Amino acid sequence: MARTMQGFEVLTGGEATAHAMRQIRPDVVPIYPITPQTPIIQTFSRFVADGKVDTVLLQVESEHSAMSAAVGAALAGARTMTATASQGLALMVEVLYIAAGLRAPVVMAVGNRALSAPINIHGDHSDGMLARDSGAVQVFAENAQEAYDLMVMAPRIAEHPAVLLPVLVGQDGFSVTHSAENVALLRDEEVQDFVGSYEIPYPLLGDRPSSQGLFAMPDAYYEIKVRQIQALEAAEQVFADVARAYALRFGRHLGAVESYRMDGAERAIVLIGSTAGTAKDVVDELRERGERVGLVAVRLFRPFPHQALEDALATVGRVAVLDRAAAPGTLPPLFADIRAGYHGTAELRSYVYGLGGRDTAPEDIAKVYRDLQLPAHAGIRYLGLLGEDQHGES
Amino acid sequence: MLPGKGVGPMSSERQSAILRPGGVVLPGDVARPRTGGWRTGAKPSVDLSLCVDCLLCWIHCPDTAVQQRQGVFQGFDYDLCKGCEVCAEVCPTGAIQMVPESTRLDQHGAILPEGGRQDG
Repeated sequence: MARTMQGFEVLTGGEATAHAMRQIRPDVVPIYPITPQTPIIQTFSRFVADGKVDTVLLQVESEHSAMSAAVGAALAGARTMTATASQGLALMVEVLYIAAGLRAPVVMAVGNRALSAPINIHGDHSDGMLARDSGAVQVFAENAQEAYDLMVMAPRIAEHPAVLLPVLVGQDGFSVTHSAENVALLRDEEVQDFVGSYEIPYPLLGDRPSSQGLFAMPDAYYEIKVRQIQALEAAEQVFADVARAYALRFGRHLGAVESYRMDGAERAIVLIGSTAGTAKDVVDELRERGERVGLVAVRLFRPFPHQALEDALATVGRVAVLDRAAAPGTLPPLFADIRAGYHGTAELRSYVYGLGGRDTAPEDIAKVYRDLQLPAHAGIRYLGLLGEDQHGES
Repeated sequence: MLPGKGVGPMSSERQSAILRPGGVVLPGDVARPRTGGWRTGAKPSVDLSLCVDCLLCWIHCPDTAVQQRQGVFQGFDYDLCKGCEVCAEVCPTGAIQMVPESTRLDQHGAILPEGGRQDG
C-alpha cells in the first residue's frame, strides 16, 4: 500500500487512477484485464472488495463485452467507467464508435501500449491512435499526477450536456502506469463534490421511456452524425472550462497544451505523454547553456486544440513533432494534425520515437534539438532506431 | 439541419429525434409507423364468407397488422403488413389468400370487383 509522505502518496499512475475512480464512485465498472491496465483495475477491485467503494464491478469475457456493458450502463443512467490497453482497446474500438454515436459518456482509463504484431506489452500511443477517429474525447497524461487529475476532470467533460461523449484518459504504459511517484490526492468529498451527480438527458431507466440505438436511414444518419461531430468540437471549450474550475479549486491547471520554457524559444519539440518529463529536463539543461529551446506537451488530443498549438508555436522558428505512433503510408498522427491546422511560419519536422517501449533517453531528445540547428530532413526521421538513426549530421 | 438535395422533406417528428443526442426517439415522435412500406410482392386478402373469426391470423401476425374488434375479424392494416404470409398459412378455412400488390381490396381486405372503390 501507498506510503504517506508530506501530504503526498507514493503511487503508480495505475494506482493513482484507481484512487480517482474510488473517489468518483462510479455506479458500474465493466472490466477485462490486460497489461498495462492491470494496476488500475487490480487496485480498484481491491477497493471494491474492501468495501471502500460500492461500485458494481462487472467481470465480463472480453473487452468487446466490457465496452458493450459500459454503453448499456451509461445509457441506463449509471455513471460508468472502464480501463484497458492495446489489444483490449483495439477490441473495444468497434463499440467505442457506438458509445460516441449513442452519446454514452463512459470514462475510460487507458494504459497506452503498442499494438501487435510483434506482440509487445510496452508503451507507445498506437492504441490511442487506433481510437483517434471514434468520436471520443482523448487526453494524455505526462505522469501519475496528471493521470489522476485528468481522471477526476473526465466525468464533467464526458457528461457535459454539450458533449455527452466517452473520454479516454491515456497514460503511457509502464513509464506511468507502473512507475511510482509522489501524487497529491484530493479528499474524497472534494472529488465527489467536483464531479457532482450523474445526469444524462434520456436515461433508459426511470419513468421517461425512450428508444435508443435505432436504425437511421440515409435521411437521418448524416444529421445525427454531424451533431455528434459538433459535440466533440464543443468539448474543447468544455475541457478548458473544467480545467479552469479544477485549477481554481485545487491549484493545478491542466490546459489543452502545456508550453514549457517557450518564451523566446527558437527551437521547440512538440509531443504527447510521459516523454514530456524527459524533454523538460533536457530543455532545462540546454537553457542553462544559453540555448533557446522549449517544449510543447499536448494533453488534449481529441478534439485537437489547433488554436492552442498555433499560439504555442507563434514565435518559434523550427519545430520537431515527435510521434509515439505511426500512420503507415502517410504522416504520423500528431504531426499531421499540427501541420493541417498550422498557419505560422515555423518549419515543422516529423519524428517517430519509442515504438514498442523503446527507451527515449535525454540524449535522444538533445539530439533532436541539435538536429533542429541543421537543414531540414526529408520525410520522417525514426529516433532511436538501431542502424537507421545515424544520419551523419549529428 | 434541413435535408439536402435528393432527400425528401423531413417530418417534424423525425427532425426532433435528429436534434437529440444520439438520435433518441421518445414516445409520440413517430405518430404512425408505416413499416408496411417494406412489403414487396403479395398482400393478404380475405373472403369474409369463409372467415369464422377464429382470430388465429390475429394471434400469429408478427406486426399487429390483423385488426379485430370484440372478437370479430376487421381486416388488415396495410401500413403495418410486411407480407410475411403467416396469416394465410395459419388460416384454417382458406379465407385468407395472398394476392398481388395491385389487387384492389375493400376496407376488410376483400377483393373488390373491377371498377369498385379502393381502400387497400
